[in-house]
Amino acid sequence: MANAVLTGEAELASDERRAPWRVNRQLLVALGLLAPSLVFLALFTYWPVLQVLWQAAHNQVRAGSPQVFVGFDNFTGLFADSAFRKAFANNLIYAFGTVIPSLVLALGFAMALAKSNRVNSLFRALFFLPVLVPLVAAASIFLFIFLPNVGLLDYYLGKLALSGPNWLGDPDIALYAIMGLTIWKNAGYYMLFFLAGLQAVPADAYEAAILDGAGPWQRLRYVTLPYLKPTIGFVLVVGLINVVTQVDHVFVLTKGGPSDSTNLLLFYVYQQAVENYDHGRAAAGTLVMLALLFAITFSSLRTLERSFGEREA
Amino acid sequence: MSVATREITPTLGYGATLLLAALWVIPFVWMLVAAFNPQTYGGAAMASLLPSYVPTLNNFAEAWASADFPRYTLNTAIISLGTLAVQIVTITLAGYAFARIEFPGRTFVFYLFLLQLMLAPVALIIPNLVTIASLGLYDTLLGVMAPYFASAFGTFLMRQAFKAIPRELEDAALIDGASIWQRIGYIYLPLAKPSLIAFSIISLTSHWNEFLWPLMVINSPDLRPLTVGLATFTRGAEGAQAWGVIAAGTLMVSAPLLIAFALFQRSFVNSFVSSGIK
Repeated sequence: MANAVLTGEAELASDERRAPWRVNRQLLVALGLLAPSLVFLALFTYWPVLQVLWQAAHNQVRAGSPQVFVGFDNFTGLFADSAFRKAFANNLIYAFGTVIPSLVLALGFAMALAKSNRVNSLFRALFFLPVLVPLVAAASIFLFIFLPNVGLLDYYLGKLALSGPNWLGDPDIALYAIMGLTIWKNAGYYMLFFLAGLQAVPADAYEAAILDGAGPWQRLRYVTLPYLKPTIGFVLVVGLINVVTQVDHVFVLTKGGPSDSTNLLLFYVYQQAVENYDHGRAAAGTLVMLALLFAITFSSLRTLERSFGEREA
Repeated sequence: MSVATREITPTLGYGATLLLAALWVIPFVWMLVAAFNPQTYGGAAMASLLPSYVPTLNNFAEAWASADFPRYTLNTAIISLGTLAVQIVTITLAGYAFARIEFPGRTFVFYLFLLQLMLAPVALIIPNLVTIASLGLYDTLLGVMAPYFASAFGTFLMRQAFKAIPRELEDAALIDGASIWQRIGYIYLPLAKPSLIAFSIISLTSHWNEFLWPLMVINSPDLRPLTVGLATFTRGAEGAQAWGVIAAGTLMVSAPLLIAFALFQRSFVNSFVSSGIK
C-alpha cells in the first residue's frame, strides 16, 4: 500500500518534472507560429485602437502645436456638430432602408430559385453579378442612371410621360437613391446564404405542412422561417457591418452632399481627418464607429464561437 | 408536389423574381451598350438600352488614352496577389498552431484574433494611416497591403480545415522524422486546398475592389490601383459628359473579376458562402 502510494508519488513527481519543459516547448512552438500574425495584428488592430483612445482625449490648439489633454472635449464637439448628427441619423435610415429590403429580397430570390436547374442557376448568377463589381465601378454606372434629364432613369420615365426628381441633387431624395444602389449591390450576396440555409430545411417538413393543408404563406411562417432563423441573424450582422464600413459609392456619387444629406459615419470621419485635419474629432468619430461594430458583432459572438471555436467557446 | 404546382402564390413569386432579375441586369446592359457606342459624348440616345449603331472601340481607346489603365491594373494585381501571398503564410502557420498545438493561453489568443473580425480594418483607416506614415510606407503599395497581412478569418478557416485532417497522417510523418515545416507543407497544405481556394477568392475579390484605404495611402498617380484610378477618371470624364468613355472604363475595371466568375462559378459561390464575416 505504502509502496503503491510511493510509486504513485514518484510517477507524479517525474510527470511534474517533465511537464513544465513540455508545456514551455509547446508554447514556444505555438508562439513562433503565431508570431507573424500577432505582429501584424498588433500593428494594425490593437495599436490603432489604443492610438484612437489616446487621440480622442487630446487635441491641438493649432495645426503644428503640441497635443494637449482635453478630456471629453472631442466628444462634446463631435455630438455638437450638426454634420455628425446628420451623418449618424443618415446611417440609421440607411441601415434600416438597405438591410431589411435586401434581406427580404434575398430571401424571396433564394426561395424562388431554390430548385437547381439550368434556368435558375442563370438567374442566381445574374443576381450575384453586382456583388463582384467594385463599389466604385457600380457608382460610376449609377452616376449616369441618376443623371437628371438625359440619364437612364429619367430617359425611361420620360417615355412613360413621367418626370423624376433630381435623384442625387435633391437633399430629400439623394440618400434614398444611394440606398437603391446598395440594395442592388448586396441582395445577391445575402441570397447565397439563404440558398445555403434553405438546403437545411428537410423536405418532409414541407410535405407534412402540405398534408395538413398549410398554404404557401403558412409554410413560410411556420416551416421555412423557423429553420432559417440562424441564417437571418447572420445576414443581419453581415448587412449591418456593411452599412458601417462601405462608403465608396458616397465618395463617387455625392461626397456626402447636398448639404450633408448623404453623409455617413465613415465618410464623416474621413472628412474630419483628411480634409479638416481635426484628428481629435476624427478619433472620437472612429470610436463611435468601433463601438457600433462591437455591438453588432457581439450579438453574433456565440455564432462565431460555435463555428470557429468549439472547445474555446 | 402536385399541390404546390397548383398554388398561385409561389408562381407569382417566381414571376416577380424574374422581373426583378431583368431590373437587376439593366445597369450591366447599359454599361455594355454605352461602352461600344460610337457617340462618346452625352446625347439623348446615350440612355437607350437597345443598341442602334455599329459598335466601335473608340470609347475604350479614349479611356485607355486618358488614364493609365495598364499601370492601374498592374498596381491592383500587385496589391491583391502580394497581400494574398503573405496571408497564406501567416494564416497557415497560425491555423496550424490553433488546430494542433495545446498551449497555455490558447483561448486568450483565440479572442485576440477574434477582435480583428469584430473591429473591421476599414474602421481603423485613420489611425492606421498614421502608423503607415511612421513606418515610412506612405505612398507605397506595401503600405496598402500591410494592414491585411494578418487575417483572423483566414486563420480560423485554415484551423477548421486542419482539424479535419486525421492526426495519424502527421504521426506517420513524425515517425519518418519530418520537421514541422515538412509536415505543414506536405501534409496539411495540400489537404486543405479547398479552404485555401475559398480564402484566396474572397481575399482577391475584396482587395481588387477596395477603394477608400488605397485612396488615403497612395498619392502618386503612378501607384494608383484600378478603383482609385477609375474614381479620378470618372470625375474628369463626368465634367466632359463623356458617358461612353466612363462606361468603357468601368467595364475594363470590372471585367477581370466577372470573367473569373464566369469561369469558376462554383468555387466563387462556395467561397462567398463561407465568407460571411471577412
